[in-house]
Amino acid sequence: MTDENNEVAENATQTRVSELLSSLECTVTCAYDGMASVQCAPELIHAICAKLKTEGGFEGNTLVTAIDHGAGLEQRFEMVYQFLSMEHTQRVRVRAMTTGDDPEVDTITDLWPGTAFSERECFDLLGVRFAGHENLRRILMPEGFEHHPLRKDFPHIGIEPDKLYQKWDEERRSAFAEKEAGK
Amino acid sequence: MVTKYMDYRPGFAQSDHDDPLHGEVMEVNIGPQHPATHGVLRLGVDLDGETMEKVVPDLGFLHRGKEKACEGLGWAKFFPHTDRLDYVQPLINNIGYAIALEKLAKIEVPQRAQEIRVLLMEISRIAAHLIYLGTSSIDLGAITMFFNTFKERENIYSILDAYTGHRMNNTYVRIGGLYADVDENVEGMMREFLEQFSDRVDEFEKMLTGNRIWYDRNRNVGVLTADEARAWSLTGPNLRGTGVEWDIRKDEPYCGYETYDFDIPVGTVGDCYDRYMVRVEEMRQSCRIALQALDRLDQSKGKEFLAEDRRYILPPRSKVMDSMEELIHQFKIVTDLRLPKGEAYGAVEAAKGELGFYAVSDGTSVPARLHIRAPGLMNVQAIPLLAEGRLLSDIVAIIGSLDFVMGEVDR
Repeated sequence: MTDENNEVAENATQTRVSELLSSLECTVTCAYDGMASVQCAPELIHAICAKLKTEGGFEGNTLVTAIDHGAGLEQRFEMVYQFLSMEHTQRVRVRAMTTGDDPEVDTITDLWPGTAFSERECFDLLGVRFAGHENLRRILMPEGFEHHPLRKDFPHIGIEPDKLYQKWDEERRSAFAEKEAGK
Repeated sequence: MVTKYMDYRPGFAQSDHDDPLHGEVMEVNIGPQHPATHGVLRLGVDLDGETMEKVVPDLGFLHRGKEKACEGLGWAKFFPHTDRLDYVQPLINNIGYAIALEKLAKIEVPQRAQEIRVLLMEISRIAAHLIYLGTSSIDLGAITMFFNTFKERENIYSILDAYTGHRMNNTYVRIGGLYADVDENVEGMMREFLEQFSDRVDEFEKMLTGNRIWYDRNRNVGVLTADEARAWSLTGPNLRGTGVEWDIRKDEPYCGYETYDFDIPVGTVGDCYDRYMVRVEEMRQSCRIALQALDRLDQSKGKEFLAEDRRYILPPRSKVMDSMEELIHQFKIVTDLRLPKGEAYGAVEAAKGELGFYAVSDGTSVPARLHIRAPGLMNVQAIPLLAEGRLLSDIVAIIGSLDFVMGEVDR
């Protein structure tokens, strides 16, 4: 992989994407690893993705995730999407900074049905809500789990396992106590 | 959402609701401990007679929090964890992760290391496809295949054992290269194995390709169109089975794949049978690439297999044992590796599809974020798309042909 050729190819993606998105309010830059990167407001994610898919030929979604920049920050979660155009052999990344501890962005499952599991995973592990997602449930952690483990304020050693089943345990204990008292 | 896609799907069994035999929908639970689910996958199936009305995959039984673990451990100590993602092809995972970190640190990997990496990746791909072939055929009743493929896989593991010291979970790749060079003994073992392997593939094909039962159980079962495969983020053999010629090795080459001579097999129908044919042909092509890499290794004998950049790369093992400074250096790199501030996405063509590592560094020794793009997650997601509306017995063929490993799906 020669650097020169690579840079030329990447610049071509950048030019094409910025021409494509010229009507929308966003900035197209070259990311650290050379991939064309679109920065936008979270409200514009759906519009930009729709344009990338319908007019840009980015027919495949590679990943949907978020980055937690740290607890207590005003701009805490950053959404990251990556799309692939097999026809042009180009990749593009879309990043959007959200505000608040409990952000909500529009789903893109109507454009790429294959992002359903990625969005569920993002909700499960990071607590980002996707408006319009038909089945936004936990996917990896058990139902009833209260935390979002990939957030920076979740301890690395995990939480006490008993805590997870505390309610269930208490019910069992009280049922047992009643049975014992009735004897 | 899924039903929308099912509506215009031809050839599907339609349940006739006026039929007096049409009764209540029965809920059937498949897995998570069933051998045909290839790991701890649970499927909730709503059955109308023998037709699957609804299939809901339930994941997370093998969730170990790999991405969180990386944030706790640091970049260098995460290598052994990548082995445990897709545990039938640990070396491809190692290399994918190393490529992402090398992009972050802007390290150029030496030529010889690239050649050994290609060799190891193709051998691992063969091993992974052998597992697919053995397990998916034993699920459909072809028991002989299982023993034959696992016998071949055993040979691969003997080679990897001789080279890396482990049969599985090798952890043999480092940032900037490899842990050690291959020796002549291992090269000889590899050549011996590869030269006889295409005959073995012919044998496998003799047992399955023209087999009436295999053909009937797989042909026109789980049909995917190219547009669906793209929209559902499917990659690898599942995408190529639909006729899309997309392979990261050819289209976005890494490790010098552009200099190797190989073909990309594609299917025409996109059913289970096509996916089987694609994987079988991929084994032959992998064999071809690996033999080319072996020839190149003959010429690059004695050259460097680890890049030199003291900020990010481990000192050579031989020096670590003799010198205090090198030992301290090694300790420093393992415990406190600081990659430059930035983000990088490294992707490799794994046996299951595009395996990507999205690494974000903030310049400290603690990784800001590592996201693993697991191809298996997308393959599991496609189960309802392929299975709904078909007979229950087809689910085994569909799960087998989509090919996923739960270690990677649940992470």
